[in-house]
Amino acid sequence: MKNIAFSFKNVSFTHSNGQEALKNINISASAGESIAIIGPSGSGKTSFLQLIATSLRPSTGSMAVFNVDPWAISKGQLQRLRSQIGLVHQAAPIPPRQRVITAVLAGRLGQWPFWKSLVSLIYPVDISGPQLCLQKLDLADRLFDRCDRLSGGQLQRVGVARVLYQKPDLLLADEPVSALDPVLSDLTIQCLLADAQTRNACFVASLHAVDIALRWFPRIIGLRDGEVFFDLPASEVSESLLQQLYAAERGVLPKQDNVNTL
Amino acid sequence: MNKVHHPRDPAALKRFLVTCVAVAILWQMMQLAQFDVLVLFEERNLKVFANFLVQFFPPNLQATFLMLVLKATIETLAMATAGIALALLIAVPLGLIITYSLSISRIGPASGHQFAKLGRYLARMLMLFLRGIPEIIWALLLVRVFGLGPVAGVLAIAITYGGMLAKVYSEILETENTLPARALLLQGSGRINAFLYGLLPGASQELASYTVYRWECAVRASVVMGFVGAGGLGQLMDQSMKMLNGGEVSTILIMFLLLVLLADYISLIIRRLLA
Repeated sequence: MKNIAFSFKNVSFTHSNGQEALKNINISASAGESIAIIGPSGSGKTSFLQLIATSLRPSTGSMAVFNVDPWAISKGQLQRLRSQIGLVHQAAPIPPRQRVITAVLAGRLGQWPFWKSLVSLIYPVDISGPQLCLQKLDLADRLFDRCDRLSGGQLQRVGVARVLYQKPDLLLADEPVSALDPVLSDLTIQCLLADAQTRNACFVASLHAVDIALRWFPRIIGLRDGEVFFDLPASEVSESLLQQLYAAERGVLPKQDNVNTL
Repeated sequence: MNKVHHPRDPAALKRFLVTCVAVAILWQMMQLAQFDVLVLFEERNLKVFANFLVQFFPPNLQATFLMLVLKATIETLAMATAGIALALLIAVPLGLIITYSLSISRIGPASGHQFAKLGRYLARMLMLFLRGIPEIIWALLLVRVFGLGPVAGVLAIAITYGGMLAKVYSEILETENTLPARALLLQGSGRINAFLYGLLPGASQELASYTVYRWECAVRASVVMGFVGAGGLGQLMDQSMKMLNGGEVSTILIMFLLLVLLADYISLIIRRLLA
């Protein structure tokens, strides 16, 4: 039997302002799986990832991450659980005045003993590790730069490098390539996929560009109006299904070419 | 030609009313505080004023007195610095506890949320108690315990300023961009690490310059506490005032201005170093 990475049973999530973001979600994923979440904007992709990341708590229904209900365990256990979950945020949440190396090293704060994180503020405890992660993303030359010297696309890749360095068992990414050109997008997605594969981690990414999702991911989940519209192997996702998914956007499929001309 | 109709600013009436209310309240306050500017300029008062000021000239610059002032200055600086150092021991933990964006159980909310809320509330109450009582009262109290001398002053500064610094630290941290800290908490990092790696890089400049400003205040406060017997420049000034020696008082005042100038300069250097 495969190890379950996360599972949702009848999960709904309503924002505090009463807006219902997700309705009756039943999904589970196992270790080593790679899943793309697609759907029009406002369909609940980010909320879905935040629920898995234990950033949001389901309003109703039950969930488990690595067979544990994150909202029923103690604070210490929750912290340990979270150290195994890595989320690439859409906008990298990194202080502008922090150096790239520190921002990447911060990925392991949940795993390090406290003294190590203190020492690392004085002198980086690991230089080759972050360098390797950045190298994979074609960013090794910015290792000691301050983050406010980077472009939007570079900063996004620093955010990716941080999660690569974290080596989580559950790798989540919210539009991880939204600020990258097509070539770098493919490089970054490949990098994340390869990392998850080699460590047998579960990888879930929300993507705006449908073609990236279909090209690289074996399993596709389509969200529409906060509900699962389909959950299929990539080979079974048909053009007409996609048309229906994006009906609210007049059936125009967002792809790399028209997304990245922004 | 058609006359152009300008729409009226819909917020104007509200603004006018708010201004009227503010002026009315302020006026009452001034009355209650017996504030009357004209008294300042009555001839009799001006004369008293002038006579008082004349006593201050020239400043006493005799070598023996200057040595005395120097010694008292060093004592005052030591008092203020030691006071702030101890205040930091109170303020940093308290500030980190009450900072909402560093709470782990808040996200969700997770188990133990009510407990954490209670903890923050108690820390807030403690902070209020520490800074709500003026340092001079603490000093009067502590002089009774530790006797005359700087110890009482140092502790009085530590207690009040600990409470003040904690409050302002947490406010500075809340106004920072809190997303980096939240992201770190979500990957399992603890509260202190989330602060060090998520909030401090953005807030360090402001935290440092506020701390130096409080040090400057502590220098002044230690003088006031000198009056109740806590040593330093204040005690010296108290003696000079009692002996009606205006020259000595003005020398001490000049010393003060130099100290404030010094504080300004230190703050500038720290801000530059952190920029």
